Amino acid sequence: MSGKKSGRVIGGVGVPVPKKDAPALLTGKPVYTADIAPRDCLCVKLMHSPHAHAMIEEIDVSRAQKLPGVACVLTYKDVPGTRFTQAGQTYPEFSPYDRLILDRHLRCVGDPVAIVAAETEKQALAAIRLIKVKYRLLPAILDAREAMDNETLIHPEEGWRALVPACGADNRRNLVAAGEEAQGDVEAELAACDIVIDREYSTRANQQCMMETFRAFTRIDTYGRLEVVSSTQVPFHVRRILATALEMPKSRVRVVKPRIGGGFGAKQTAVCEQYPAIVTVKTGRPAMIVYTREESMTLSSPRHAMIMHVRLGAMKDGTIRAIDLHTLSNTGAYGEHGPTTVGLSGHKSIPLYTHNMKAFRFVWHTVYTNTMSAGAYRGYGATQGLFAVESAVNELAHALHMDPAALREKNIVREGETMPAYYGETAQSCTIDRCIARAKEMIGWAEKYPARTLENGHIRAVGMALAMQGSGISGVDTGAVMIRLGDDGIYNMSIGATDMGTGCDTILAQMAAQSLECPVDNITVHGVDTDTSPYDCGSYASSTTYVTGMAVVKTCEELRKKIVRVGAQLMGCREDEALFEGSCVKKADESKSVTLAEIANAHMTANAEDISACVSNGSPVSPPPFMCGCAEIDLDPLTGEVKLVDYTGVVDCGTVINPNLAMRQTEGGLLQGIGMALTECPTIDSLGRTVSNSFLQYKIPARVDAPSIRVEFAPSYEPTGPFGAKSIGECVINTPSPAIADAVYNASGVRVRDLPITAEKILLGQKE
Amino acid sequence: MNVEFVLNGRRVSAIVDADDSLYKMLRSLGMHSVKCGCETTNCGLCTVHMDGKAVLSCSVPAARCAGHEITTLEGMQEEAARLGACLAGEGAEQCGFCAPGLMMNVFALAKENPHATAAEIDAFLAGNLCRCSGYVSQRRAIMKYLEQVTGEVRA
Repeated sequence: MSGKKSGRVIGGVGVPVPKKDAPALLTGKPVYTADIAPRDCLCVKLMHSPHAHAMIEEIDVSRAQKLPGVACVLTYKDVPGTRFTQAGQTYPEFSPYDRLILDRHLRCVGDPVAIVAAETEKQALAAIRLIKVKYRLLPAILDAREAMDNETLIHPEEGWRALVPACGADNRRNLVAAGEEAQGDVEAELAACDIVIDREYSTRANQQCMMETFRAFTRIDTYGRLEVVSSTQVPFHVRRILATALEMPKSRVRVVKPRIGGGFGAKQTAVCEQYPAIVTVKTGRPAMIVYTREESMTLSSPRHAMIMHVRLGAMKDGTIRAIDLHTLSNTGAYGEHGPTTVGLSGHKSIPLYTHNMKAFRFVWHTVYTNTMSAGAYRGYGATQGLFAVESAVNELAHALHMDPAALREKNIVREGETMPAYYGETAQSCTIDRCIARAKEMIGWAEKYPARTLENGHIRAVGMALAMQGSGISGVDTGAVMIRLGDDGIYNMSIGATDMGTGCDTILAQMAAQSLECPVDNITVHGVDTDTSPYDCGSYASSTTYVTGMAVVKTCEELRKKIVRVGAQLMGCREDEALFEGSCVKKADESKSVTLAEIANAHMTANAEDISACVSNGSPVSPPPFMCGCAEIDLDPLTGEVKLVDYTGVVDCGTVINPNLAMRQTEGGLLQGIGMALTECPTIDSLGRTVSNSFLQYKIPARVDAPSIRVEFAPSYEPTGPFGAKSIGECVINTPSPAIADAVYNASGVRVRDLPITAEKILLGQKE
Repeated sequence: MNVEFVLNGRRVSAIVDADDSLYKMLRSLGMHSVKCGCETTNCGLCTVHMDGKAVLSCSVPAARCAGHEITTLEGMQEEAARLGACLAGEGAEQCGFCAPGLMMNVFALAKENPHATAAEIDAFLAGNLCRCSGYVSQRRAIMKYLEQVTGEVRA
């Protein structure tokens, strides 16, 4: 499977080469969506619903339409009647088709009431102020616990469709998903346990906060088709979503992804593309939408808020025998990623404790509410589930008076074990034991656990958590790669995977360089354009390194064979006498050789054989990366203020393809997790309005909040992965919340089970 | 109204409204390095130099630039390449969207306090948010750049 080590390779696997796009990004070149938009783009703005649940009784746009510069004002009367989902998922999507571009029925504050396009932003905003709307207010469901079987229905409409009914969606019950999985008799096992930790945990609808907000521009191309340039993680899905929403043939839509200013899952949902698209369809003119930060905070695709009830059963000696988890997930007004995220809350948490497990049960419900639609956010449900299960494991350790590290060492999944709660997959590569040992060592666990008081009265304490994720969606995710040999032996690689800043263009080129035994600079990378790129479902679900990476390996194998064939022809020998040597093909007996440049140039001269290869890859398994994170905090007992002093993380992502980029993924993911744990507090008021609508109210970590973050790898070798690699992108966000929550408990005796962990909760908890 | 000012060393003029920001004006003049991440002066993406000092262009009225010197990353390409190499060497740019604003503020730091400690670097750049990198590698890259600027080797 793996490519050969070769002296000819420069910048191959395992080398910290700079990102291929670094020079452009770091000199401020115009490479992002808004930088390359035509100057005559209409400015598209949305009028947002002020109400959480309402019906438009009357809407009068006549004055707005007459305003100078206004090109069009669209309402629910102007849009196609086919429902669709914005979720960027493989067809048939698990997310229900429950949206129109504009709907008379408004289901959350911010839901678009009208689309306005004008020559300038000021004109568009002025036009919105002239639209007169009469609303009929409906009772709003803001609490996920009250949603199921509520007499108020959020999606009573006829056109609502679940393409995968097996996920348990039922719009007559406000349900987007419901299900149960179990092995063994969980009730009997829990009854037989010496101790059962029975707790409820909850997480909020965190915002990804990528620095580039949602944006896209659209225009009619040379062939009269709709061209969409979008800051998206899922260009091929956006093509399908827009064709469905606009009732257009898919052949009439082209989607291009330029550089992206961060995604973290947010852009795995087509949050904004349909608005400029319908303007361009209606007016024939280029149109662009750029979400404000406020829009990105109030009408976007945040994490699903979840309420998780865990029952964790163990014996006195610390063997964990049974886990029973119920997750209630809030998908908000629309079902994007609702059926799938909830699954990860169990599938990516329970399997960590496979070793002594006798039984488990995982029950889930995802409900509609009148809040902003949730979406995909790094971790995708695993983050929520791991906060609950890892917190429960920490609580168990305290109840048993055991060191949480020792408790974990006793129960964690071992390499080679089959994980019943993880689709029955076997952990073929797993160094989680080494991750724990090293993360402990790095933080000084033996000396610091659980806590100590400093001279200034502050308390220093440590906490720990584990995490796992997947590597792509098994049996679903697909990535293809095309590589062509060109002048003088260069390689042009086309990918459909979407580099959103993570560096996948670079690491995929490193794999190609390794496989083709050449310098990484000989590999050019291009992506993504749905007209020319090979199909890739997109960059999400921690899939690119593992799924698309293996497509690179397979494509290179195919290409090497073709190069050898042409080389053999040029040398006048049989193919089986010729060897690929990177810069040349030579006869095995070394009597003759022909350079790659000669082969490349010959095949462009009256040659019938094209030297290119395009191979697709999907995987029947999704090997989990594993991680251990340890937090050291400083608590001021007078104020309840928590400061993070140190965080150590050790990751098993299989083979590390690019140490720098894998390290940045980990450090960045950890800091996002730290923000989620301590300061990021998505909040709605009693009317359903998002109060946390700017960086002032939604506090993400700044430089001064970043503690020392120290990361190491404990590489395993994943036999099904390219060069032994697994994923890295998502796993790394999962440990901070439970690790910090336990450190806070060790410092204060207060157990915070609902995120974020604020000074108020700690002080109030201490009073109880 | 018409505003005349010096942009990256060249005299330019632009027609602006009273409520236009410097950020909007610079984008309309093709200064694409200048980004906007929040509109509320919290993210630092729109940082440019006004008479050599770092300002948040989203909160400076365009009209206030009359007679002043404005510098964007387009006007500091040599320095950008130098600092950029330090950042790229760490892979610290990730998505790169915050990089121009951060770099403009690092240039201001290099002028005001080139011997800054790690804590001083963090404090000076606190208003430059980055959601990708976790900051640690950026701090390392900036230290390296300041070493180059001052010729001083740090421990």
